[in-house]
Amino acid sequence: MHPAKSVIFFTTASGAGYGMMIWLAVLAALGMLPQETVFGLLVFGLAFALIVGGLLSSTFHLGRPERAWRAMSQWRTSWLSREGLAAIIGFMPLGLFAVVTIFGIADMALGVVFGLVGAAMALLTLYCTAMIYASLRTIPAWHNGWTVAGYLVLGPMNGAVILAFLLAAFGFEEAAGAMRTIAGVMVIIGLTVKTFYWKHLATAPATSTAGSATGLGHLGKVEMTGSPHDQNNYLLREMGFRIARKHARKLGRIAIMLGFWVPLACLLVAGIFLDGGLPAAGIALLFVAVVACQVGITAERWLFFAEAKHAVTLYYGEQAV
Amino acid sequence: MTSLPDTTAKKLGLVVDLDICVGCHACAVNCKEWNASAKSAPLTDYDPYGKKPDGVWFNRVHTYETTDDAGHGQTVHFPRSCLHCEDAPCVTVCPTGASYKREEDGIVLVNEDICIGCKLCSWACPYGAREYDENEGVMKKCTLCVDKIYNENLPEESRVPACVSTCPAGARSFGDLGDPESEVSKLVAARGGYDLMPEQGTKPVNKYLPPRPRQDGRGGDKAPRMLTSADDSTEGAGLIARWVDKILS
Repeated sequence: MHPAKSVIFFTTASGAGYGMMIWLAVLAALGMLPQETVFGLLVFGLAFALIVGGLLSSTFHLGRPERAWRAMSQWRTSWLSREGLAAIIGFMPLGLFAVVTIFGIADMALGVVFGLVGAAMALLTLYCTAMIYASLRTIPAWHNGWTVAGYLVLGPMNGAVILAFLLAAFGFEEAAGAMRTIAGVMVIIGLTVKTFYWKHLATAPATSTAGSATGLGHLGKVEMTGSPHDQNNYLLREMGFRIARKHARKLGRIAIMLGFWVPLACLLVAGIFLDGGLPAAGIALLFVAVVACQVGITAERWLFFAEAKHAVTLYYGEQAV
Repeated sequence: MTSLPDTTAKKLGLVVDLDICVGCHACAVNCKEWNASAKSAPLTDYDPYGKKPDGVWFNRVHTYETTDDAGHGQTVHFPRSCLHCEDAPCVTVCPTGASYKREEDGIVLVNEDICIGCKLCSWACPYGAREYDENEGVMKKCTLCVDKIYNENLPEESRVPACVSTCPAGARSFGDLGDPESEVSKLVAARGGYDLMPEQGTKPVNKYLPPRPRQDGRGGDKAPRMLTSADDSTEGAGLIARWVDKILS
């Protein structure tokens, strides 16, 4: 599948934004969320910017962005429609959560309720995003449970790493410590999920073949000797994207290294520095974790598209998907 | 609504006979000609007179070669277009309701006035039936010539899809595949018509008829796909040929 920049940015950015919101709500429920105006404006501002920026970016790949509002109507059957609705509805509790936390206009107990409802909506939105891909039988690389697990884990993982850095940078030691632990656990879960995802890709039996696509399989091996067109077409541009295997392996290693191992090491060592009276070094390491995580997750998301084979390619020379 | 109808009164569709198709692409060309000025018009072409012409087509003709274990080959021309599936995944994924399946005849259509061009339907279709129009920003697809088959201004024999009326070999048939007594249903039953990628769960309406087994005059075996070695023997050769062979070898 063609890896569209707008969709890669959308899924990574809004995933991180929703992830931040989920952990902010958890911290609030544990009574550990600092209620300081500057910090509140910054973290909630960043989370909302990531979510809104991602959603806006996702409309850039539309042919008719001015009609995007129509995408809300078919929630009975369409996961894309459900995702749009969940995102819009989620803004209400998340917005109230932010306002109560930053400006203290109501009791924080109410803020926690808004936060937890918002966190549930954030998870639901991530689930809908995952199901857009996982529901497509035409793309076996996506049509499995590891796709859903990946979207549910990687967004919150990325959000946790970002929050661990921001909390430490603002000197909220208790919350920062808790967040480092959460982030470390999420990174380990994320690495496990992606490892199983890639293992599934490598070992799952083919869903369809050139033989079943043409119905000529009983005659032997089916090979295309004449293409309908001698130039590219929409199908090949959108669905026929092919990545060289050596690049896939290299990018896979980059994704695993920068997305998981580097953040994990930074989180552990940063904890030692912060506890040992070297806060600047610790905070710097957490910043490295944030940057590495963004690069790694972007590589992971690029591969998620580039490695996925679509059934239509069977008509154009692919033997099995 | 992108919910699929429980049943459709008719299941209009095509039957493509792979035994007859000669791969002339006339169906694809006449499809383009009709639809470039019909409901889905324009069927945009990019760089039409340049070095890399490209554009929206609803019908594409592939040519495949099959090779069995014994190395025997067969060439099959294969027209590919929308199958107007009963469980059309392109319809249910649509977030706007632009994609729909008609209750009266089962034709799958796009309402281009509300399509947002998200392209998800083309991802959901295993058959590559949907092609995005970059200039219009909307998705387009085979309409089964809905503006031709019901058109009372046309003589009755012309009220079939453009690909069917133009096929010079008679490889394409059109009719109600939901009616077991229709000509197309009888044809499918008689010739073992089949679904493409049944494992995708789409329940295609269109059916394909398989190529008939190869007839062979010399005792049942098919012709070899290619020559495997040069002929070493001079048996049956003329006098001069045998003389040349002797000099050369």
